[in-house]
Amino acid sequence: MLAKRIIPCLDVRNGKVVKGVNFEGVKDVGDPVELAIQYNKQGADEIVFYDITASHEGRGVMLDVVRETAKQVFVPLCVGGGIATIDDFRDTLRAGADKVSINSQAVKNPKLISDAAEVFGSQCVVIGIDAKRNDKGGYSVFINGGRLDMNLDLGDWVKEIEERGAGEICLNSIDTDGVRGGFDIEMLNFVCSRVKIPVIASGGCGAINHFSEVFEKTNSSAALAASLFHFGELTVGEVKDYLKGKNIAVRGV
Amino acid sequence: MIAVIDYGAGNLFSVQNALNYLNLPNIVTNKADDLRKAERIILPGVGAFPDAMRMLGETGLIDVIKEEAEKKPLMGICLGMQMLFEKGFEFGETDGLGFIPGTVELMTPPDLAIPQIGWNKLEMNEKHKLMDGLDEDSYVYFVHSYMAVCDSKNVASYTDYGGKVPACVFSGNVCGCQFHPEKSGETGLRILRNFAEM
Repeated sequence: MLAKRIIPCLDVRNGKVVKGVNFEGVKDVGDPVELAIQYNKQGADEIVFYDITASHEGRGVMLDVVRETAKQVFVPLCVGGGIATIDDFRDTLRAGADKVSINSQAVKNPKLISDAAEVFGSQCVVIGIDAKRNDKGGYSVFINGGRLDMNLDLGDWVKEIEERGAGEICLNSIDTDGVRGGFDIEMLNFVCSRVKIPVIASGGCGAINHFSEVFEKTNSSAALAASLFHFGELTVGEVKDYLKGKNIAVRGV
Repeated sequence: MIAVIDYGAGNLFSVQNALNYLNLPNIVTNKADDLRKAERIILPGVGAFPDAMRMLGETGLIDVIKEEAEKKPLMGICLGMQMLFEKGFEFGETDGLGFIPGTVELMTPPDLAIPQIGWNKLEMNEKHKLMDGLDEDSYVYFVHSYMAVCDSKNVASYTDYGGKVPACVFSGNVCGCQFHPEKSGETGLRILRNFAEM
């Protein structure tokens, strides 16, 4: 049986790690390569770099970060942010990433999902989704960092993502992101019941029991967190020890 | 010196990064002479079985690989492991290198997603140097849709994915990992070091 994965996410701008709270108010917390090495030592099952740089120069810096990390960290690396073409996928994978995550670009151009899956394989295509409850009792998909409502139904979207050959879905709930009150159990169950591909829970984790809650109450394959780990409130190792105590299968350090 | 065969399939840099990190001298190569001079050979691979066998064939290295595998340790990784078997059944039937008796077939676990992507546990089977120093709680990173179908005597360890799936296989000097040791943390690095000491 597959172990449940614990994934620290590093938001990177111009080669430095940052973390937004509710997508606003960003503050520096350090060097991404150093942090990735720390997380690897703690037992992270995968490391996500999310590039929030807008400029072309920034992208080159990001690829350098990936290249340097891949020399020292031997767990899967996933890179997201600003990836819009097959060439971007190729550059990122060549730098040493194992997976590439796309979000807004997948909504704007769904063919990118199938093209990337065909060229590089499903295993490296991760689709990030920012979703929010709507007034019709369902969920809507947002893009551009959660600012733009696409009037796209979350249920339809995850089906399409799977049919197009994506390998995984990383589901971020805008309703719970940055609130630190726990992952969005309802939204995760909504998605897990509709697809067979692995779902990564993102957004809302603020305490150690939120990790066990998400694995006990949903079929999520992995849980992603950022600030909780960055600010040293918890280590990945502490989370794993806690989950082991709850009889949840995790990889030891 | 470990020769990592470059035949155009797969991300060789991850393997090379891991070998460099372990201070194991290595060369990424498509030259027959390098394979002859090397003490060990790694056959990596990502993609589909027929394409990979075709690309390996186009390098003209298959005969050299077969000669050298008689004399020195050879390890296949992921698709490279699958190619060690007699036949693959991905998109029709393709001949493999035939080092290990058996075939490569689509996994059909009930109610589980294909491909298997993630960390899974090794269950030790036949004793083999590659598994030295690993404990009962060793997880490694898998990404695959097809699996080896072979005799248990050629399996050093299995993993459980809706049934037993060969994780490490061997026959004589030849061995292989279905998972990615270069992405499997400390356990994976230990396996690569074990290979370098074979």
